[in-house]
Amino acid sequence: MSEVKAATRDGFGRELAALGREYPDIVALNADLSETTRTGYFQKEFPERFFNCGIAEANMMGIAAGLASCGYVPFVSSFAMFAAGRAFEQVRNSIGYPHLNVKIGASHAGISVGEDGASHQCCEDIALMRTIPGMTILCPADEPEARAATRAAYHRDGPVYLRVSRFATPVISDPSARFEIGKGVLLRPGSDVAIIACGIMVPEAVEAAKALAAEGISARVINMHTVKPLDCDIVAAAARECRAIVTAEEHSVIGGLGEAVCSFVAENCPVPVKRVGVNDEFGMSGPAADLLKHFGLSAENIAATARSLVKSK
Amino acid sequence: MDTVEKQRLEAIACRIRIGIIEGVYNAKSGHPGGSLSAADLLAYLYFKEMDVRPEEPDWPDRDRFVLSKGHAAPALYAALAERGFFPPEELKTLRHIGSHLQGHPNMRLTPGVDMSTGSLGQGISAAVGMAIAGKLAKKDYRVYALCGDGESQEGEVWEALMSAAHYSLDNFAVAIDCNGLQIDGRVSDVMSLDPLAEKLEAFGFFTQTVDGHDFDALESAYGRAKLEKGRPSAIILRTVKGKGVSFMEDQAGWHGKGPNTEEYGLAMGELRARLSELVGGEEK
Repeated sequence: MSEVKAATRDGFGRELAALGREYPDIVALNADLSETTRTGYFQKEFPERFFNCGIAEANMMGIAAGLASCGYVPFVSSFAMFAAGRAFEQVRNSIGYPHLNVKIGASHAGISVGEDGASHQCCEDIALMRTIPGMTILCPADEPEARAATRAAYHRDGPVYLRVSRFATPVISDPSARFEIGKGVLLRPGSDVAIIACGIMVPEAVEAAKALAAEGISARVINMHTVKPLDCDIVAAAARECRAIVTAEEHSVIGGLGEAVCSFVAENCPVPVKRVGVNDEFGMSGPAADLLKHFGLSAENIAATARSLVKSK
Repeated sequence: MDTVEKQRLEAIACRIRIGIIEGVYNAKSGHPGGSLSAADLLAYLYFKEMDVRPEEPDWPDRDRFVLSKGHAAPALYAALAERGFFPPEELKTLRHIGSHLQGHPNMRLTPGVDMSTGSLGQGISAAVGMAIAGKLAKKDYRVYALCGDGESQEGEVWEALMSAAHYSLDNFAVAIDCNGLQIDGRVSDVMSLDPLAEKLEAFGFFTQTVDGHDFDALESAYGRAKLEKGRPSAIILRTVKGKGVSFMEDQAGWHGKGPNTEEYGLAMGELRARLSELVGGEEK
């Protein structure tokens, strides 16, 4: 695995500050988490365009909606639990329904929050955001891709939910690759099974494919950095050519990438699909790396799932 | 305000009330009570106070209005139609399939609506965002919002008020339509807000309490609010739910239903008679 590790939240925060230098219409809002969501970089450079809303995420979403209605491009940031969970209805009604140009940078997504435990480990945010019409959901695989996703979010018209993580994970993306919203990235060719992953499960998927290759199983790896709108073409091709799909995400198996893939596949190109994710249970406290292993969010579990799926074909 | 001006506003408010009744009657649903209590304020704001351009609804420098109590949409629509944003005949399409007049305001569909609202508690936050935007862009526009008294039970209202004071938004004035009733009964019985003025003061607002059906009082309160520097303004409107239609006044039952044909006839009779008093034989 790559030696270089970085957290996707860092990519988000650094690129937001960089965008701030280029685009005076960007404003940033935070709810008392500016350092840890990395919007502090923007705050430091552009204090006049930074608004701390205090510990009041619902109000922050509404303020962002008002700013967007006046032509600004607000990047609001909090933990995924509070951005998507606490403020769901504000995101739905004040941002999603009027399709306002608000970007939601949700950090500390998933189990890898670590020691803070289940109250802060949001594994439901993708599910919640997917239900909002017109919402774009980005879940970058590593720090450089988080930068690209942040930039793409700015240029995307309408609301964007950008999901990033606290935990430093391997850098695997090709720096020369173009980031295009709604277009999955083929990271590794393969014909026996396709592994479709998002976020910090993408490096694990790559490792799984390497392990499978050693056993003679040819696993395709797709980085699905955009969960919505789903790249249906790349899924359809995977179904047609591999005849078996494993999805991997640091999110509940309910309502996330796996279920989006299942829905599409079931209706359009039925082949067996297995989902790797958090199995309808709450998280717990512990070091992030240990938790990921405990919940099966690992290359080993992805490989084992793919192996059994290929055997059952 | 001179008598002629007051009479002009009273006639406009009466036509707004007629528009409300037309809307909720044809929709066979909607919220007449809280629309009628807000009719005078909307007449005042759209015909005396706010700088807006019906021919250019998205004019960037316009004053903004956010109807946080979005269920009073029939009143907002009637005010906008009266002001020329769209033809008043369209008020009859309220809540119909395909109409731009949704049950609660939709900024993407209706010309002149500055924010989509309806889920209580959210409009004040958006208005705060607009006021921050005005300060940031160094624009002179002002932001007005109307919140219900029942709505003020929502926690987000107080989060939003706190932030308006924190950011010293003296370009922002929120009115609270205190008609004293909500769906389940008296606000004081369901969940008391008292002492509301003291709460608003404590939250950093320059607070005034006025009769929400008195144009002199509204003019004086909004005039005074504009002079206040460094903090936002709150105007508590003492109002009567269902104001202007005798059998709807102060009745919680008229919060959220449309009148039947007989009730429609009675209501329109009262309002048309009142309009004739105000404008003589000029119009019906």
